Amino acid sequence: MTEPLITTPLRERAAQALGDRFLHEALDIATTRFIALRRDAFGDFPEGEALRDRARAIKEATLQRLDAHLETLVANIERLGGHVHFATTAEEAREIVLDIARRTGARMAVKSKSMATEEIHLNDALQAIGVTPVETDLGEYIIQLAHERPSHIIAPAIHKTKGQVAELFSRELRRPGLPADPEVLTKIAREELRQKFLTADLGITGANFAVADTGTVVLVTNEGNGRMVTSLPRVHVAVMGVEKVIPSMTDLAVFLAILAKSATGQKLSVYTTLVQGPRRPGELEGPDEFHLVLLDNGRVAQLAGPLRESLYCLRCGACLNVCPVYRQIGGHAYGYTYPGPIGILLTAMLNGPASVRDLSHASSLCGACADACPVRIDIPRMLIELRREVNVRGIAPRSERIVFKALARLLRSPTLYRLAARIGRAAQRPFVSDGRIRALPSFFGEWTKTRDLPSIAARTFQERWRDLS
Amino acid sequence: MSVSAAAGATPRVALMITCLADMFYPEVGERIVRLLRRLGVEVTLPTGQTCCGLPLFNSGYHDEAAAVAARTVTIFRDAEAVIVPSGSCAWMVKHEYPGLLRGRAEAADAERLAARTWEFSQFLVRRLGRTTFESDVEGPLAYHDSCHLLRGLHEGATPRTLLNNLSGAAVVPLPGSDECCGFGGSFSVRLPEVSTSILERKLANLEASGARCLVACDAGCLMQIRGGLARRNSPLRALHLAEVLKS
Repeated sequence: MTEPLITTPLRERAAQALGDRFLHEALDIATTRFIALRRDAFGDFPEGEALRDRARAIKEATLQRLDAHLETLVANIERLGGHVHFATTAEEAREIVLDIARRTGARMAVKSKSMATEEIHLNDALQAIGVTPVETDLGEYIIQLAHERPSHIIAPAIHKTKGQVAELFSRELRRPGLPADPEVLTKIAREELRQKFLTADLGITGANFAVADTGTVVLVTNEGNGRMVTSLPRVHVAVMGVEKVIPSMTDLAVFLAILAKSATGQKLSVYTTLVQGPRRPGELEGPDEFHLVLLDNGRVAQLAGPLRESLYCLRCGACLNVCPVYRQIGGHAYGYTYPGPIGILLTAMLNGPASVRDLSHASSLCGACADACPVRIDIPRMLIELRREVNVRGIAPRSERIVFKALARLLRSPTLYRLAARIGRAAQRPFVSDGRIRALPSFFGEWTKTRDLPSIAARTFQERWRDLS
Repeated sequence: MSVSAAAGATPRVALMITCLADMFYPEVGERIVRLLRRLGVEVTLPTGQTCCGLPLFNSGYHDEAAAVAARTVTIFRDAEAVIVPSGSCAWMVKHEYPGLLRGRAEAADAERLAARTWEFSQFLVRRLGRTTFESDVEGPLAYHDSCHLLRGLHEGATPRTLLNNLSGAAVVPLPGSDECCGFGGSFSVRLPEVSTSILERKLANLEASGARCLVACDAGCLMQIRGGLARRNSPLRALHLAEVLKS
């Protein structure tokens, strides 16, 4: 269980985000670009659709025997000289990493981009025991400097414009007057990070996959920092959700063929790093110690739960880019570690249904997410299922339940339905001009604040029917 | 496409008018009836119709939605074919009714209804094989894909076929035509600011398209898009496909 990052109501958070002109601009540019890149990547790849089906089938089959695959993975990593830890909760996972840090006398940890370590709020915990965490993915580096959280699963600083990054670097790195030039800014980040790589004792990563029958942890990255993090420090710790295990290298090939295309529109990411345990005798690079932390944190319970399909997720971020809600409000407004459509499901998985009372409604159910998902996760269906759970458990606001029960009653009775039309016609009279309604009181005002509402027709279609026959 | 089905006896259809068209857009229903009759289709209107139950279903009130679905299934039990003027309601009947009513007395009827239900444009093109009509409005027109028709029923072709074959009005592409208009049922009032912000994107795309009229096959999208255009006193219009085809 992790705490919400923000406690103001969703609607306020969303409205705040909508008012941020820079956020709007940054999101629009980035998501529009991601959408086009993904479309082009799959457009040039006719095998793509069949591979998506195949990937989905692999995920499903793997989850059916998750325990067996995890056992194989553990045995193979240990055979290679690595250590595997199992964490039931976020707190356990943090403790495992902190123990390793303490035992190895670590003072600085370099990190490759990882949502799993965000999920367990690892950076704060490291800081608290005197280990300085340094994010080395450029986007993560930016938001660490800004004391923020990632707002996108693969593009954590998507919400920032280059101008904002230039200002941030100028201020935080004490290099006044930097230009809003990505190339210059990247070069500066690289200089700053080079020294950190060389001094860090601990390298911390997530994992995109772990191949059970070879004991290989796979990292898909673009900047080369992942490779530095896994090879330079004395100790490498990878934190990974249990659902990310896959049986074999053949399966890996299927996922690699669609992951980068879905995420960034690349055929493959620039780096695909395969880590097999610690450095062996005779090898020139690699850590002395290798640890894999397998994280449950609510996942295992969903193997038999309504959110099972969300365990297929590859964390590519495609559903965020196409989501009309995400594109308007960005990731922070969701209020938890994982934003976007899949993020709502993961939030429910990690924090329980009460956490998504409002969040489960942060979707128009347009279905663009399910369409873009490389493993075709039916996100809208699970959002509806979450809404149902919120109602059934009595978490939904009472007023809302009363409204919907009343609506249900009305729709079951043609007499009441006709009566409602008559009452509505009478009640709307003071508000109608030219057949349109520009302002209504109370709840209905939520619509009319920004949109006209059509008036109920003088005669409904069913009332006109006799004239048509 | 099954055009051969057009041959044979006079097709008979029952019209599922849907709550939004019944209450707010009765003229859409009237045009559909006139058009179908001109094409030799016999149209009936089973009595006692209310709503398909989609608002209840999407908000997670599934027992309540099932009760409404059971009524609807019973009302339409004897229909040879059912025609629906909104993609989302058609999706509800075709896609969700069987699951909602599984294990109930109406289960078999729900399956049959799902198989016999057509969204308006699909019925014209896929069942009747009619693709050529005159336009009743001045172009250029631009088509907006409603989410449930496009991604729920996987239908982006039949409305475009009808529009592209129209005589008397040009059709221009709508940038981001497959993007949501921001309606989303109760979403539009739960998060009205977000809903409106999504709508603004749609309206900007409509303006950029050069079209004078947006065409859609869903009363929900039309309520949202028309509501936005009217509030901005825009000269542009948003119409249901049935309002474009000369009846």
